[in-house]
Amino acid sequence: MKIVVLLKSVPDTESKIRIAGDGTSIDGQGLKYIMNPYDEFAVEEGLRIKERLKDDTTVVVVAMGPDRVVDVLRTALAMGADDAVHVGDPAFEGGDAQANARVLAEVVRPLNADLVLGGKQGIDTDSAQTCAALAEYLDLPQALIVNELTVADDHKSVIARRRVEGGDELVAMTLPALVTAEKGLNEPRYASLPGIMKAKKKEIRKVTLADLPLKPGQVGAAGSKSKVIRYHNLPDRPAVKMIAGDAGQQAKELARLLREEAKVI
Amino acid sequence: MSRRLHGEVQTIKEGIVQFTLTDEQRLIQQTAREFADNEVAPVADRHDREGKFPLELIKKLGRMGFLGMLIPEAYGGTAVGNLCLVLALEELNRVCASTGVTVSVHNSLVSAPIVHWGSEAIKRKYLPRLATGELLSAYALSEPGSGSDAAGLVTGAVRDGNDYVLNGTKNFITTGAEADVAIVMARTDPSHKTRGITAFVLERDMKGYVVGKKEDKLGLRASSTVQLVFEDLRVPASQILGGEGMGFKIAMHTLDGGRIGIAAQAVGIAQACLDASIKYAEEREAFQQPIGKFQAIQWKLADMATRIEAARFLVYNAARLKDAGQPHGKEAAMAKLFASETANDAARDAVQIHGGAGYLEDFPVERHFRDARITEIYEGTSEIQRLVIARHLLKNLS
Repeated sequence: MKIVVLLKSVPDTESKIRIAGDGTSIDGQGLKYIMNPYDEFAVEEGLRIKERLKDDTTVVVVAMGPDRVVDVLRTALAMGADDAVHVGDPAFEGGDAQANARVLAEVVRPLNADLVLGGKQGIDTDSAQTCAALAEYLDLPQALIVNELTVADDHKSVIARRRVEGGDELVAMTLPALVTAEKGLNEPRYASLPGIMKAKKKEIRKVTLADLPLKPGQVGAAGSKSKVIRYHNLPDRPAVKMIAGDAGQQAKELARLLREEAKVI
Repeated sequence: MSRRLHGEVQTIKEGIVQFTLTDEQRLIQQTAREFADNEVAPVADRHDREGKFPLELIKKLGRMGFLGMLIPEAYGGTAVGNLCLVLALEELNRVCASTGVTVSVHNSLVSAPIVHWGSEAIKRKYLPRLATGELLSAYALSEPGSGSDAAGLVTGAVRDGNDYVLNGTKNFITTGAEADVAIVMARTDPSHKTRGITAFVLERDMKGYVVGKKEDKLGLRASSTVQLVFEDLRVPASQILGGEGMGFKIAMHTLDGGRIGIAAQAVGIAQACLDASIKYAEEREAFQQPIGKFQAIQWKLADMATRIEAARFLVYNAARLKDAGQPHGKEAAMAKLFASETANDAARDAVQIHGGAGYLEDFPVERHFRDARITEIYEGTSEIQRLVIARHLLKNLS
């Protein structure tokens, strides 16, 4: 089997996000970037399938973005992925989910993947659209937000479990297919030192616009039909109000404030 | 941990020479950091309180390759070197110094000398299992009557045919209760103080190998520190490292490397003190404002951060020299001396910043304060480090 895993490099969850001066982007200065946590589940699932099948299955990781995405590709290689592709070109910058999926489709198509895996969403822009759009471009069946994945014995289909309102849904898909990972799909492994040293020797293939059958007007900001017009900060948290008195007085005052000021009871 | 800038430090200036942490060095640091934060930190306080050796964590670290960092690939390790080792050690020690010292001893004090001085048979016998943590290890030099005066050791090894028979007691042996293998220094020639010492590789299963009293310590309470007693322990001559009489040389050379690891431990503890202090200074309010607004606190934090940065670069430099095969005894001693004193200063200031809270086990600085103390003592006291440095300076007097 050929498994392709899509990776995104996102700001560390503990980073303090600042809106850039133009109001429509994030100030990347001083930000630390990590592998999108949902993508870690996708990588782990790909590796587990490979380990279970014990055949010539390979796991190829693909990441799009500036040079810093090479770090998450290296991490995935150190976890055990076989090959890595960096999709990077200044022309790709500022693309919306659809434009990015259009690019990724042209990168993934020639890889002839049996299974395409990704995280259920990027934790930075939270649009949760790129993988779904990619499946459409590639004309693949898709199961999104999956917490359990089983490959059939004949390797021709998969069964994906999804949590839906009130229960679980089991979806069977013939391969090739696309699946996005939800938390709980697995417990991602740490990179090992032998893995890190092996990853060091692997070359990361770079793909630019010139390598793809696309025109500049189809990619990046130029190829996007939606654009962010404004980011807003959340309003500052109001000051904490301390309630004095003994427990009885405090409870009484708290109830009064919740009813009269916060109007929640 | 985005506040911690040291992870982003990528260049070390040495004169006009600079070098950058490579991709794999950063990946090793990042992996150690994630493992430390996610797996070690949540249990570190409990292990400390219960005095429980973190066996499971050490075994996991072994499977990830953190116990084979100085072992060549041909013997199952990765030989990533001392710079990678100190990057990992700082991260582990930042959350648990007991876990950190166990990893340091295994790599620097046991694996490294076996790589350097072991016969091919000894290397094949032990290194592959040391690299994965299947075997844990200890280094036994100190005795009840000899600490800083290491060459004063009296554990005896008497030749008997192709064997040696060992009798004696070793003190303060880190991981001594859990170690499957130990490098043990014993006297084979009473007529010569330093050249009469020989290094043996012993196994816990050997007859006459007795794990003695477990010490009840101020800090590093999750690391096991025991006495090892040898009672007519018979060991074949093939278990000798580097030949008879080479023990003291091996011990001193090995400690040069070990010191870099302990220096990295001290940097990790100091960084933990700084991290906790910054968090507390931003959260704790007094006189209607966060205490971080007061200069008295700011100056402490600034001094702490500056000294930690300096200590870190001393450690990196000593590790870099060792990896390059250059003399590093003086630099290792300087790194150990400065980093351990920095850790203790940082721990004292961190407790002070926390006030009464810092005296409670509810806050991590209480543990860091206790753990920091040993870094000025083991693998050469601060006094010994100064002696080593001075000897390098006053070459004409020795």
